[in-house]
Amino acid sequence: MAGAVIIQNVSIFVEPKKTVYLGTVFYGRPADRRPLPCQQLLRAMLKLPIYLDNNATTPLDPRVLEAMMPYLTDVFGNAASRNHPFGWAAEEGVDYAREQIAQLIGCDSKEIIFTSGATEGDNLGIKGVFEMYAQKGNHIITTTTEHKAVLDTCKHIEKIGGRVTYLPVDELGLISLADLEAAMTPETILVTIMYGNNETGTIQPIREIAAIAHKHGALFMTDGTQAVGKIPVDVIADGIDLMAFTAHKMYGPKGVGALYVRRKNPRVKVTAQMDGGGHERGMRSGTLNVPGIVGLGKACELCRLEMAADAARLSVLRDRLQASLTELEESYVNGSVEHRLPHVANISFKYVEGEGLMMGVKDLAVSSGSACTSASLEPSYVLKALGLSDDLAHSSLRFGLSRFTTDEQIDYAIGHVKEAVTKLREMSPLWEMFQEGIDLSKIEWAEH
Amino acid sequence: MAYSDKVIDHYSNPRNVGTLDKSKKNVGTGLVGAPECGDVMRLQIEVDEATNTITDAKFKTFGCGSAIASSSLATEWLKGKSIDEALAIDNMEIVEELALPPVKIHCSVLAEDAIKSAISDYRVKNGLPALELAHH
Repeated sequence: MAGAVIIQNVSIFVEPKKTVYLGTVFYGRPADRRPLPCQQLLRAMLKLPIYLDNNATTPLDPRVLEAMMPYLTDVFGNAASRNHPFGWAAEEGVDYAREQIAQLIGCDSKEIIFTSGATEGDNLGIKGVFEMYAQKGNHIITTTTEHKAVLDTCKHIEKIGGRVTYLPVDELGLISLADLEAAMTPETILVTIMYGNNETGTIQPIREIAAIAHKHGALFMTDGTQAVGKIPVDVIADGIDLMAFTAHKMYGPKGVGALYVRRKNPRVKVTAQMDGGGHERGMRSGTLNVPGIVGLGKACELCRLEMAADAARLSVLRDRLQASLTELEESYVNGSVEHRLPHVANISFKYVEGEGLMMGVKDLAVSSGSACTSASLEPSYVLKALGLSDDLAHSSLRFGLSRFTTDEQIDYAIGHVKEAVTKLREMSPLWEMFQEGIDLSKIEWAEH
Repeated sequence: MAYSDKVIDHYSNPRNVGTLDKSKKNVGTGLVGAPECGDVMRLQIEVDEATNTITDAKFKTFGCGSAIASSSLATEWLKGKSIDEALAIDNMEIVEELALPPVKIHCSVLAEDAIKSAISDYRVKNGLPALELAHH
């Protein structure tokens, strides 16, 4: 059978609402396994809704699940059990995962601290540095468009006596390096700025930010949740001292992540935020989530090997989606187009109300700029920080593509969104007024 | 959020979307809500002056599914009603008909406001005093 392609295993994941969102055909010997996107299979099975909310979470890659399976069954040992083979086998899995992760981000395996996810990593990094470096200073610099895991942690820091500067962003979502330089003080111990934004995909000038932080003797931390595994992230070249990231944004399982903590030039320390058995070199106690960690490791390895091809393919799909949707009048891309993650597009459709729009695109699983789930109906603070009005922020959709997104799904999404926006605009008095050249800002709207 | 079947029906197949000629003396126009609040409704009625009966009603709404459904339903109800009957439409009737959840009651209030505002506009155009509109 040498040279023959053998379809060995077809994996289709079906979620409760019967959404097929990934299809992969493996072929060849196990050692040669590569996913073969099976377009025909998927076209036949284009089930709705289509999952395009991959910034919220990604599906688990079947190869990751396969790597995890033994650790959910036979290899159940506690990685901290040093006295028997059950523990050794678990530890071996963890050590291997540490290597896989280290290779993806260019660090040493000893610099990986396992966590429950990026929120914990952000908490541990920020609070841990604040406590550990209290002698040096109490000032932290971040941005207004960080994830809540960073923003709320910073608010906590302010409550316990720290000082936090929240840098604004421009209309593209980028910070000003001059603002950062001006905000640095001798008391600044940490600059924490996300790598790529979860809502817009905007990538900050990480290397320049790191250089400014280091010039003033501060550490540089980044929330790498959306960037790691999607674009090349190299902690040495980028000058990153701490970085939180998570498995479930890169085709791994939920509930596991890691915090990179630099060990030399300089050696960074964080005060543990959870007391216990002294796991993870005392920085994060708690029995290791071995299957999760093995999954994170495998996910990192796959990203390292496939990231370039995935990014190239997804940026073409994303650009096609964006180009088609911005053919609609009065539609706007939010965030930087130039400095952006390859799988993300955030687009606002003016004169269409956000909740009505979400109802109109029911065949797609996407996020909107409205926090519709909350009672308050607050528009996205990230989009508002870019200078969007409340109504434009409300009427935005975030598209997040994944390794498993197909051409057919994007084609469908384009048609579906265009149809919904067009229909809602035909129903919108604001659209009619705009078409008639009426300045909406001059109208005295009734209070209610 | 789970929408009722009736809301989904009105959202998917809205009745009476459109525009009446607001320059006509027998057309009343109500424009309520505000873009920053996420709801703007424009409701129009055409009145047969001889019988004081609403012969046509149209709407356009910028808003969520419940707002679209409330205004769509309102236009359905308005057709064939006298002005007095139209004024008697209460927002709670809309809430009941569409099974709106508490967070969406304001959509029905807006629809009632739109009806009254359209009638008031019609009255003013025909030399009658404006209605005292409640401010919600």
